Amino acid sequence: MQHSSASSARTGGIRKAPTGIRGLDEITDGGLPMGRPTLICGGAGSGKTLLATSFLVHGAEKFGEPGVLMTFEENGDEISSDVASLGFDLPALVEQGKLFIDYVRIERSEIEETGEYDLEGLFVRLDHAIRSIGAKRIVLDTIESLFSGLGNANILRAELRRLFQWLKDKGLTAVITAERGEGTLTRQGLEEYVSDAVILLDHRVSEQLSTRRLRVVKYRGSHHGTNEYPFLIDRQGLSVLPVTSLALEHDASRERISSGVRELDAMLAGEGFFRGSTVLVSGTAGTGKTSLAAHFADAACRRGERVLYFLFEESAAQLIRNMRSIGIDLKPWVDTGLLIFKAERPSRAGLEAHLAAMYQNVRDFQPTVAIVDAVTNLLAVGTQHDVHAMLMRVIDYLKVSGITGLFSSLTSANSSYEQTEAGISSLMDTWIVVTIEEIERDRRRSIRILKSRGMAHSNRVHPFALTDQGLRVTDGRE
Amino acid sequence: METDFVLRLYVAGQTPKCMRAFANLKRICEEYLANRYRIEMIDLLLDPALARGDQILAVPTLVRRTPEPVKKIIGDLSNTQRVLAGLEVAVV
Repeated sequence: MQHSSASSARTGGIRKAPTGIRGLDEITDGGLPMGRPTLICGGAGSGKTLLATSFLVHGAEKFGEPGVLMTFEENGDEISSDVASLGFDLPALVEQGKLFIDYVRIERSEIEETGEYDLEGLFVRLDHAIRSIGAKRIVLDTIESLFSGLGNANILRAELRRLFQWLKDKGLTAVITAERGEGTLTRQGLEEYVSDAVILLDHRVSEQLSTRRLRVVKYRGSHHGTNEYPFLIDRQGLSVLPVTSLALEHDASRERISSGVRELDAMLAGEGFFRGSTVLVSGTAGTGKTSLAAHFADAACRRGERVLYFLFEESAAQLIRNMRSIGIDLKPWVDTGLLIFKAERPSRAGLEAHLAAMYQNVRDFQPTVAIVDAVTNLLAVGTQHDVHAMLMRVIDYLKVSGITGLFSSLTSANSSYEQTEAGISSLMDTWIVVTIEEIERDRRRSIRILKSRGMAHSNRVHPFALTDQGLRVTDGRE
Repeated sequence: METDFVLRLYVAGQTPKCMRAFANLKRICEEYLANRYRIEMIDLLLDPALARGDQILAVPTLVRRTPEPVKKIIGDLSNTQRVLAGLEVAVV
């Protein structure tokens, strides 16, 4: 392995040690401060140990940086089995000399204290561990356990201060985990000693749905995202939800793709949507949102592109049947594998898990078009604020991947679309509203483009009909 | 007389604290455990790998290896009463 130095990013004068954790390296602009300690704090079960272990395993496997895991709470076997579900094989890394695990057990009842002491024994152990594998990274999990094991807090504080300085002098990239305190970041105030970078983890369960969040509280000498980012622990390990567009660096494509409805393309300055843009289609029930989505999917498949269709309202079979009645046959595309439906009941999982599944599906299938029908179903499992935050991340992810996204949104009958979509629409490049009105016992449908960034689109309200040949804008103009 | 107290003193180099601990230990043993003890001194700077086995963090640490169970006393052993209590030596 010869890529240790090559892998370290350098930004703004600070060298970074990549964590290899998807999303985290993006929000920290390259990783943790190399050669310095980072504090990771959070409550019990917030994922501190998993994050710290991922940092070590990725360091050893991907970045040629061996690491020491000094654990104060669980022994090596316990940690190994905890992280085995993430696909980490700690014993193998130990075998290969890329990882050194030292379990420090302090049993208060076995220890009598009399007179002065220091923690040189701990230093000796660390030094031995570091030297034996040439470690570049180290994790101390959770060092504040020392406070319950040893009685003299003054000595401990002085020694911890010395320890963190010593790690710095040795140029080790260290992760120190700590339990969250009441009104403080850590119970023992470790943030006073470790001041280079502080990451806070949070695990909330509300209405039986769990959400994990990560926030970079502090990062000396580097810019970093300051939001709370959801993060996930799944079979693929940890990922912090990207966030990739922090600097809004998407390449804005000039390429146009058809909406699948000729007249709608005409309304969109004659050529349809920009590739890689995001489109919101909102309207009350039965206005034709799904029909528009189906047209769009059909058009993409006709071009030979892959389409991923997230379906929260009905089954794929139902949707296919309904669309056949207006002349759109999606079945062949499913059969050839160009179109994949992912039908899921929103309440089956928390937002976090939905988001994870969506990412996973996009990663696996690599579509050029993704459809979410309907985003409003997600409101059943999260607050408006959470759903908004989640969508922002989905959109980011699609944009960075150059995927065109179409999102349908159900406007409730007794509120205006401006209200329902107030949050979501600002994230979208194009916003189409479909409505249905009863006029003189006649149901009249109309379609209107409220906005479409970067093009001279139609501003008129256009009547349309759902015919056996699909959606037809019927005013004949534009 | 049999040696029923096997004591191991972990130090890290010849620091004043460590030397003091050794002197205190020697004195206490002579006074209360004469002919019943053996002291093994381990310098972790020379044998760093040994620190794991006895779970040593603090220095100096005195470990009572026998009689069992294992007992640990950390510090320079300057308080004789506490050392005796830690070693569970009954003072007559």
